[in-house]
Amino acid sequence: MERYTGNPDAVRALVRDLEVHKDTYIDEEVFALEMEHLFANTWVYVGHASQVPNKGDFYTTTVGTEPVVMVRHTDDSIRVLYNRCPHKGVKVAGETCGNTGKFFRCPYHAWTFKTDGSLLAVPLKKGYENTGFESCEAKHGMAPVQNVKVYRDFVFCRLNPNGISFEDYFGESLSTIDNMVDRSPEGRLEVAGGVLRYMHNCNWKMLVDNQTDTCHPMVAHESSAGTAVKVWQEAPEGTPKPMAVELFAPFVSSYEFFENMGIRVWDNGHGHTGVADSIHAAYSPAPGYWEQMVAAYGEERAKHILGDTRHNTVYFPNIMVKGPIQTLRLFKPIAANKTLVESWTFRLVGAPDLLLERTLMYNRLINAPTSVVGHDDLEMYERAQEALQSRGRDWINVARLFDPAEKEQKNVATNGTNEWQMRNQFRAWAKFMTESM
Amino acid sequence: MSALDITHKTLTDFIYAEARLLDEQRFEDWLNLFTEDGHYWMPLAHGQTDPRLHTSLMYEDKLLLRVRVERLAGQRTFSQQPKSRCHHLLQAPTVESPAPDGEHVVRTAFHYVETRQDQQTLFAGWTTHHVVEDAGALKIRLKRVDLVNCDAAFGNIQLFM
Ligand code: FES
Ligand SMILES: [Fe+2]
Repeated sequence: MERYTGNPDAVRALVRDLEVHKDTYIDEEVFALEMEHLFANTWVYVGHASQVPNKGDFYTTTVGTEPVVMVRHTDDSIRVLYNRCPHKGVKVAGETCGNTGKFFRCPYHAWTFKTDGSLLAVPLKKGYENTGFESCEAKHGMAPVQNVKVYRDFVFCRLNPNGISFEDYFGESLSTIDNMVDRSPEGRLEVAGGVLRYMHNCNWKMLVDNQTDTCHPMVAHESSAGTAVKVWQEAPEGTPKPMAVELFAPFVSSYEFFENMGIRVWDNGHGHTGVADSIHAAYSPAPGYWEQMVAAYGEERAKHILGDTRHNTVYFPNIMVKGPIQTLRLFKPIAANKTLVESWTFRLVGAPDLLLERTLMYNRLINAPTSVVGHDDLEMYERAQEALQSRGRDWINVARLFDPAEKEQKNVATNGTNEWQMRNQFRAWAKFMTESM
Repeated sequence: MSALDITHKTLTDFIYAEARLLDEQRFEDWLNLFTEDGHYWMPLAHGQTDPRLHTSLMYEDKLLLRVRVERLAGQRTFSQQPKSRCHHLLQAPTVESPAPDGEHVVRTAFHYVETRQDQQTLFAGWTTHHVVEDAGALKIRLKRVDLVNCDAAFGNIQLFM
């Protein structure tokens, strides 16, 4: 029975001011509508330009559940194509990354396509003469995604031909990407260190919600970060504090710390924790880095860049960026109850290796399938995915620090334990789900 | 002069005994098999040579291993309620090379199963132990675990291979 398809009112009714219906997390029909509408109406992260530095370089990924290939075209622009042969439907680019030269060649019947998707050649072409092939969809080759935007080397696309512009969609939230890039003395990032891939048996939105859930670390991570602090306290006096302890310890900061660190809420579901302070604010300096930054930007601006220690920035719908630790997490939806979490890391070009080392250690300790912090979180998501099936309760609560006036406001900083950002995500969810229904 | 008579047999027995400690969940005893500067390394990439400027699944010094071991026993370790169990099936280890600076390098292919609740996950790969003599006993300076599918997307891996 279809309850939500073609029924925008029913979809909107899933989101109330103070609570969200369980179907947003567990219902397969809602998931299919998310793929059809939400992930087509929003600007979704595809990849980073440093993954395709040369003409013909490509990288395959998904936007929602759509297989796409991001490729550096012969004119040096970055294109995003649906990775699907117009002939019999074969996935054209098979490797995760590589160089395809001037064209893609489908492995099934050797049709070829330029790196903008257009059909280049078909073997035994004669067989299509006077058949009306000209009027076929296949004549146009691999379908390009028309709306692609490269912002400071971060590649986003909007699958639907019509909709909100990139600038209107992200607005001031782009300041987090700016800050991460500006942390390189050369103003440039490179994907580095490999990607951690962690399979989650839960809905993708549980991960998005978790990014600004500041009331869970001191509870759920007592077992991991709390134990790290305890083990460290037993170390002999005078032992230098290891990098790992510096990374773990802030997770078990007090409620007061998280309240004071603040949350900023932007339009369209974007927002970030860590306005005034954050768990990334007190890392030891890397020798030589400050001098490089002053040489590149001058002292005042360098101070401003490095003084902005935002914690988690959610770019709705499905990425989170950490500027001070150069990490991007991508929550790839697979099914209502299945999500692939990819955690990517960046090198600050020109900065000391120690910063990349710290970034990679952070990623390994926090985001790997072998991470104890990851284990703490995934246990909660999977328990929720299972228990949300219950008929005992139908709603998920997001009421913390709600103020009816917030609906008219944007770009506002508030108490760090406010669930405003979660409510903000769901308001954006309802908007972009129903925009094209 | 070495106090220990280190033979092929003592090395392979050591490898079997180590796996058995893990299967019997004697994690404190297992931890004591590592030298103070010992590491447990599980690379993320095939043939990875650098644990520092490339990410790994694990690259744990003794402090981080201790955090894991204490966490496994913690009252509020919810991802271990109920607990995981594991089982190693080892191929006969091979002693790889004449020992460089007193290290014995031993390679062991394995199948490893980790279970929790109704879920059982099979992993396959090989370990490379760098074993040294330390205070009259064999100790692990480095245990490297190479998974055949090290770059695959995994769910939780909570114990040790
Ligand atoms: S399916 Fe691609 S060429 Fe036939
Ligand atoms: Fe967490």
